[in-house]
Amino acid sequence: MFPSSTIVEFRSITKRFRPGIDEPAALEDITLSIRTGEIFGIVGESGAGKSTLLELVNGLTAPTSGTVTVDGTDVDALDTRGMRALRRGIGTVFQGVHLLSNSTVRDNIRLPLRLGSRDGSVAMTRREQKEAVDRMLSFVGLTHRADHYPAQLSGGERQRVGLARALVTRPPLLLCDEPTSSLDASTTGDVLRVLSDAREKLGTTVIVITHDLDVVKVLCDRAALLERGRLREVFPITRTEADRTLPSYYDQVKRELMS
Amino acid sequence: MSWLTDLFAEYGAAIAKSMAETGYMMLASLLAAVLIGLPLGMTVYLTERGGIAENRAVNMIANLYINVVRSFPFLLLVVFFIPFTRAVIGTSFGTTAATFPLCFVAVAIYARLTEQILREIPTGIPLVARALGATVPQAVFRMLLPEARSGLVYALTSAAISLLSYSTVLGVVGGGGIGDFAMRYGYQVYNDNLMYLVIVIIIMCVLAIQAIGHRTSVRLDHR
Repeated sequence: MFPSSTIVEFRSITKRFRPGIDEPAALEDITLSIRTGEIFGIVGESGAGKSTLLELVNGLTAPTSGTVTVDGTDVDALDTRGMRALRRGIGTVFQGVHLLSNSTVRDNIRLPLRLGSRDGSVAMTRREQKEAVDRMLSFVGLTHRADHYPAQLSGGERQRVGLARALVTRPPLLLCDEPTSSLDASTTGDVLRVLSDAREKLGTTVIVITHDLDVVKVLCDRAALLERGRLREVFPITRTEADRTLPSYYDQVKRELMS
Repeated sequence: MSWLTDLFAEYGAAIAKSMAETGYMMLASLLAAVLIGLPLGMTVYLTERGGIAENRAVNMIANLYINVVRSFPFLLLVVFFIPFTRAVIGTSFGTTAATFPLCFVAVAIYARLTEQILREIPTGIPLVARALGATVPQAVFRMLLPEARSGLVYALTSAAISLLSYSTVLGVVGGGGIGDFAMRYGYQVYNDNLMYLVIVIIIMCVLAIQAIGHRTSVRLDHR
């Protein structure tokens, strides 16, 4: 179904935050390939190293040993300029979203286009930028919120603005850290729809950290389980059509409380 | 109330001249605060450990300037500056000369206030700047300053009021100004009513500055 080429590759990655000090490594000997076009989940308990693994991809963290390649480029070998170019080609959504509170939804989404227009990585006129932002607004279903400020939005809406900001440059790769952790079942569904649309309609490869196994089941093609910095297993996920929608909150409650 | 009209009749022109001097000193020093103090405070914030342009040497020098200038009791700073003022301005006496040390203080005060305001920006914003591949100037102008603008205006209000108070001391080097006028023509010649009148004028100025600053700051804030 998907081209089998590799977009992200971790090769024997070890990460220690304080090298030389005898403490367990944050990541230990991780080897893993993410295929172009897949939605890849990373699951694990708190402190398992999920966020660290994700930060290696866009160079926010450097590995202690081993290499990470994105589209064949060794991330750790990039100079400042190369690193900026790499990061502009990767969409990132953080756990807390972190929107600019004094900018409207529209201006928040437009930010990456403005940043990219200076060095030519985004060659768009103002009009084209506005159109691209309008497209993203409708893609995440927030056209009616374009001129609101982040403080006026709900958690799920803010998360979708974060996704729109990450996707507006049409990056081939999207990294999401716990995109649904603060959301309830119905708003989680909205966010998951955006993520799966990103893959289906924009061809984006998605790597998503989550602790919610329902999210993995509905969304992901494969998922890696991290345990105290080690890769325990990569699970392929098979699902029937019925698995494609999130169980309702009622079903979740019933399953958790009655079983 | 005839004493009031009499006071205005006799001293009105002198009060206006003094207020113009104070206005000149405040305007010049606030200009220095915004043009030099704000970038200096931004520099401290950007270059500190873990900042988006970490640089220990620059950070230390910028911090040292702010700390040293802020350590001086203001009167001592003015006196200490006299030879330096004479070398740069050509004279150590008069309103322009008095403004010179005031500018140094304004820069230090506003730099520290700027740094404090920037520290209140959630740490996620610099993180997003890095993840989006923003250059340092882009992070500053497109992200940090827009996020901090409301706080920066409020801090400038506070700095302006401090400077109004500091400017009173500049009478010792012939700076003039409204505070000096109250001392010289009110307190020192036992014209208490004149002194009270000037104090009331100063209070009204402070209230006005505070009201304008507060209103502007609130309007800029969408958090």
